[in-house]
Amino acid sequence: MTTMVCRCEDLTEDDIVEAIEDGYDEMEKLKRHLRLGMGPCQGKSCTLLAERILCRETGKDIQEVAEPTARPPSQPVPFSLLASPKRGEQDE
Amino acid sequence: MSESAGVVVIGGGVNGLGTAYHLGKMGYSDVVVLDKSYLGYGASGRNGGGIRQQWTSEENIKLARESRKMFEALNEELEEDLEFYQGGYLVLAFDDEEAEEFKENVKRQNRLGVESEFLSPEEAKEIVPELDISQVVAATFNQSDGTIYPFKVIHGYANRVREMGIDVREHTEVTDIVTEGKEIKKVKTDKGDIKTDTVVNAAGGWSSGVAEMAGAEIPNVPVRHEIMVTEPFERFLEPMVISFKHGIYFSQSEHGNIVGGIGNPDEEPGINQKGSLWFMKEFSDTLLDFVPRFSSVNMIRQWAGLYDTTPDAQPILGSVPEVERFYQVNGFSGHGFMVSPMVTKVTAELVLEEEPSIDIERLRVERFEEMDIEEEGAVVG
Repeated sequence: MTTMVCRCEDLTEDDIVEAIEDGYDEMEKLKRHLRLGMGPCQGKSCTLLAERILCRETGKDIQEVAEPTARPPSQPVPFSLLASPKRGEQDE
Repeated sequence: MSESAGVVVIGGGVNGLGTAYHLGKMGYSDVVVLDKSYLGYGASGRNGGGIRQQWTSEENIKLARESRKMFEALNEELEEDLEFYQGGYLVLAFDDEEAEEFKENVKRQNRLGVESEFLSPEEAKEIVPELDISQVVAATFNQSDGTIYPFKVIHGYANRVREMGIDVREHTEVTDIVTEGKEIKKVKTDKGDIKTDTVVNAAGGWSSGVAEMAGAEIPNVPVRHEIMVTEPFERFLEPMVISFKHGIYFSQSEHGNIVGGIGNPDEEPGINQKGSLWFMKEFSDTLLDFVPRFSSVNMIRQWAGLYDTTPDAQPILGSVPEVERFYQVNGFSGHGFMVSPMVTKVTAELVLEEEPSIDIERLRVERFEEMDIEEEGAVVG
């Protein structure tokens, strides 16, 4: 059975193992090669799973595996919320 | 005993790896590429992936034109789908002065073989139907411009270069470049020394620091620029849309995300790659003025990278007066990715002392002392 790791980018455990075998053996490299953790969840559901696979495949300890840099916003935010209210709306 | 290499390339971005790739293609593989972090840690992995030929300086137009042709062949060469999408670049003018300049730019670009067109606001709206053209005075468009996925290019180069027998080392930081008189003797790193007489400085925002290690001076200054990405969706936007007046650019990647940035005119120079709330607000405000329909789209991530800026916003190529065989391929001022195929080919030719494919006299560092410089006027973000 196929194990899903990253739902946003449709990545399975096999995809990740294959990428590690191809030399993408750091979280920052897996992220950029596979877009792992670059979807709408921003890695909240896949990062820990992928880190465990990386440790298992490379023999590294979880402490040695650096997590990819967390980027803002912490969850998806629509542009309308970030933009200033339009002048007309402010008057109301 | 320390090891040795014919050429040491400093910087594992698109210009360092590209130079190594062209050296390899020309049959020379005694090369070590060093990066202090992972490949593409600098601007090569942080940029918007734009491929534009609509420039104002003759040098930039030629470099971008030749590079675009090379990008078109690169999928096959690198055996990698680089997601190069030629939906064009739509450049918007917001006053009559800009519109007049755009007319001149199109003439110059056409004369140099770039098929850009001058458009009315209505014609621009035909290309992007959701564009608010109420403030737009004119536009230019060039269909063969587009966007690419930077990481695929980086990884494609790295894979091919390694197959050629070139040594690519990540997490190896250069700490010094040792010279005797005008000759380079070795490159010192945190993982040991490498004897060499030839160094290529492709260190992007860190280039002026690298030059200093060798006792050379280049005028490059790193300046932070921020960028963001939205959730992906079905294709809605064909071209990259940009405005020099508002400092904004945005496009939709092949993957479906809107990728865009906006420049901060008050940005302090220096090495800073952190995001800011100012950017998120300013970008959102300006984007919604351009395309109100984007109001419900979600921004999912934002980050920053460095423009390695020069006084005329044109790259620095070739050797330097202070040190022999110390080649520069830096100072790209925010457009280093889109010209990389051609500048890296030329850099490899200079390293191997072959006739360069294009004349780089006006791009050497000596230009700032010796000639009247022509400032590139089409920098965005």
